[in-house]
Amino acid sequence: MLHISLWKRVLILIIILIGVVFAAPNIFYNRVEGHNDAVAAAAKGESLTPEQQAAQAGWPDWLPSDIVNLGLDLRGGAQLLAEVNVDEVYKARVDALWPEFRKALAAERGTLGSIRRLNADPGVLRIQIGNADQIAEAQKIAETLNNPVSSLTGVGQKTLAITTQDNQLIIQLSDAEKAATDDRTMQQSLEIVRRRIDAAGTREPTIVREGSDRILIQVPGASSAQEIKQLIGTTAKLTFNSVIGTSSNPNEAVGSDQEILPSADQKGLYYILDSLPVVTGEDLTDARPDTDQNGYPAVAFRFNASAARTFGDYTQNNIGKPFAIVLDNKVISAPTIQSHIAGGSGIITGRFTVKEATDLALLLRAGALPASMTFLEERTIGPELGADSIAAGKMAAAVGAVLVVVFMIASYGTFGVFASLALGINIALIFAILSVIGGTLTLPGIAGIVLTMGTAVDANVLVFERIREELRNQQKAKAARAIELGYERAMSAIVDANVTTFLTAVILFVLGAGPVRGFAVTFLIGIITSVFTAIWVTRLFVSIWFARRRPRELVL
Amino acid sequence: MAFRLKLVPEKTNFDFFKHQVATFGFSVFMVLASIVLVLVMGLNLGIDFRGGTTIRTEADQTEPVDIGAYRSAIAPLDLGDVLITQVYDPNFRADQKVVTIRIQAQDGQEAISPDTQAKVLESLKSVNKDIKIVATESIGPKVSGELIWTAIWSVLAAVAAILVYIWLRFEWQFSVGAVAALIHDVTVTVGIFALFQIKFDLSIIAALLTILGYSINDTVVVFDRLRENLVKYKKMPLREVMNLSVNETLSRTVMTSGTTLLALISLLVLGGDVIRNFVFAMTWGVIVGTYSSVYVAKNIVLFIGLDRNKEKKDPSEKFFDKTDVATD
Repeated sequence: MLHISLWKRVLILIIILIGVVFAAPNIFYNRVEGHNDAVAAAAKGESLTPEQQAAQAGWPDWLPSDIVNLGLDLRGGAQLLAEVNVDEVYKARVDALWPEFRKALAAERGTLGSIRRLNADPGVLRIQIGNADQIAEAQKIAETLNNPVSSLTGVGQKTLAITTQDNQLIIQLSDAEKAATDDRTMQQSLEIVRRRIDAAGTREPTIVREGSDRILIQVPGASSAQEIKQLIGTTAKLTFNSVIGTSSNPNEAVGSDQEILPSADQKGLYYILDSLPVVTGEDLTDARPDTDQNGYPAVAFRFNASAARTFGDYTQNNIGKPFAIVLDNKVISAPTIQSHIAGGSGIITGRFTVKEATDLALLLRAGALPASMTFLEERTIGPELGADSIAAGKMAAAVGAVLVVVFMIASYGTFGVFASLALGINIALIFAILSVIGGTLTLPGIAGIVLTMGTAVDANVLVFERIREELRNQQKAKAARAIELGYERAMSAIVDANVTTFLTAVILFVLGAGPVRGFAVTFLIGIITSVFTAIWVTRLFVSIWFARRRPRELVL
Repeated sequence: MAFRLKLVPEKTNFDFFKHQVATFGFSVFMVLASIVLVLVMGLNLGIDFRGGTTIRTEADQTEPVDIGAYRSAIAPLDLGDVLITQVYDPNFRADQKVVTIRIQAQDGQEAISPDTQAKVLESLKSVNKDIKIVATESIGPKVSGELIWTAIWSVLAAVAAILVYIWLRFEWQFSVGAVAALIHDVTVTVGIFALFQIKFDLSIIAALLTILGYSINDTVVVFDRLRENLVKYKKMPLREVMNLSVNETLSRTVMTSGTTLLALISLLVLGGDVIRNFVFAMTWGVIVGTYSSVYVAKNIVLFIGLDRNKEKKDPSEKFFDKTDVATD
């Protein structure tokens, strides 16, 4: 018989009910969103404005309040794909090794002869020793400074790869250490990008690592990708270096532990600096916009205890000499040390505008990026275009749904009504699942839902057509038997057809990016829910209807 | 008897092999023509695949857009290959004029620089001072190069997965037939993009994969019936069993294609220009996919032939216990 056991009926009804309840907040999208924002603000400990309080009261707390995230193409906003130039960190690491190696090797100057750093590719340290026949000895000394890698994957490996060539030691990071460094660089970059974007106060940004050295940044509501780019594209690497001299020639030869950097505001002026900084931006504990004694915008900063001591000692020993404040390889100012600066605080003056000073303070507070970034991809979608897309998508979905329903009812009568109801439940389930898993609805995602409406009825069509056939084939067949056989015999086609479609949707999800993935998600969920609604929900309707009516003869 | 819309009469007995030379020849011709079209005319690749920048501008004006003025405004910036097209959509207001500007990838930079974008907007203001940039999309050569491979891999992976699944569930001859039909669908869809030079970007790959899913769905339903009938009518010639199976499932094929096309056409007309190419690819693919499951897939199976002595057992029973799902 067509009987469905009670617990199954109850289970199906519960699933439908849960689906409808969890899909419902999406109908009141703005209200629920306002409520959620207010709740989030309250959780942060902010005091709520009257509008926020009204928004919070706009949706009852005990109702589900998960709603689908709208993708950037619907809400408007900016997306960037940045590649972190992880190689830069190798250079900084290797450069920092030089004083240590110089010290260790110089201790054996008697046997090794003179020690000199040669120019080499970035990330490579080349040290020349005077006595070529002692190179093995030099390598042995160098190896004593070579530590094991401190990462889980690189157990048993050393941090440095030390090789020799004639009278030169060639030192670079080992592959295991490079991998470990890349990982750290990425973690740090992610964290700093997140802090900078959060500080700018935009809502719900998505910042995720993509692949080995990329970061995907999505900021809903941002007016342009350029804005975000300026905020996170700056490394904000701040150092204080001692000034050795100035020059007008950018290519002037300087010592191996010196560097020549341009002035930020004076064209043609270059500073020759000691490349080892006295203190760096990493030691800052605070930075905020301020004004200098003439009332011009400036940035006030404060060092942590150890850097404050270093800086204090340095200023004490170098009164009357200039020192340079270097930001991202440009000298923003080079004041002369007037007196001993104790306490570790001071101000940076440059020719800032108020906004520049504010931004610089923000960047310094968030910390420097360990490496610069290259932007591989950027998208900006204006909010108007997003709103237009939502309107168009809604319209198309509504019209599509009406057409499908009319077509189904015209073709299958009462059974068509069941299929249409199931279709409605199907769409509610898609939204419920999307909301609960925190899925993102994109414009192609809406297309996926509309397409699902077309294909979701397929499983019903398979069953209904089969029932028709069974009715024809067995002239005197009882209606109940025909319905039963229809479901039974259509099953293998339904399973095969949906498994193959599911396979392609999974591939779409795995390999797709951005909006395409949004499409794949709704399509995948749609396949699952449509199989459920076609097999169980319509069947429940048919069984209830049949039990009530007990038709002698079935017209389908 | 209640009224029922029936697009297909209750019992049909079409001979789908009657014109098999013509229909199969037509399919082969379409596939070859598509390949030639792609090779000769090439595809109008979007920035997803070739890198570059698309800027979408909007201006409120009632007079028609003068593309020439846009072109000459941007020309002094010396940005290389620039393509300017006006966008039309029934959803637009009468005074809403939308234009997209595609700029080739600039030497030595990945995504567009803030400078370039500002300059473009500045230049366009000379055409209409109220012009706005409503969306930009910029993709560097590095990413676009990778995306091409992702696209190719995803289509191949989908075809391979289907091949294996059909092989497991049916006979190998069926999977060859199904895959031939899929290759037919994909090629003919790509062909029409070459013919009309419609922008071919990542979303079209998504559409292609959806077409694969849809077309295989259709093919599998026919195959499933064929498998059932092969067991039922052991003595009937293969050709006739196939015809019977297609006839029996014809009503379903037409119904499902009908509902899917209804949904897709409402998207095509009302869904906005942003996804129009994507929806167009799917609509075309559904039509081609329906055709191929009736005229391509089983012809290949017939051509290869089946070893019918092995058909005694329905292999699906190994995987799913049908009685379990039926009633209780």
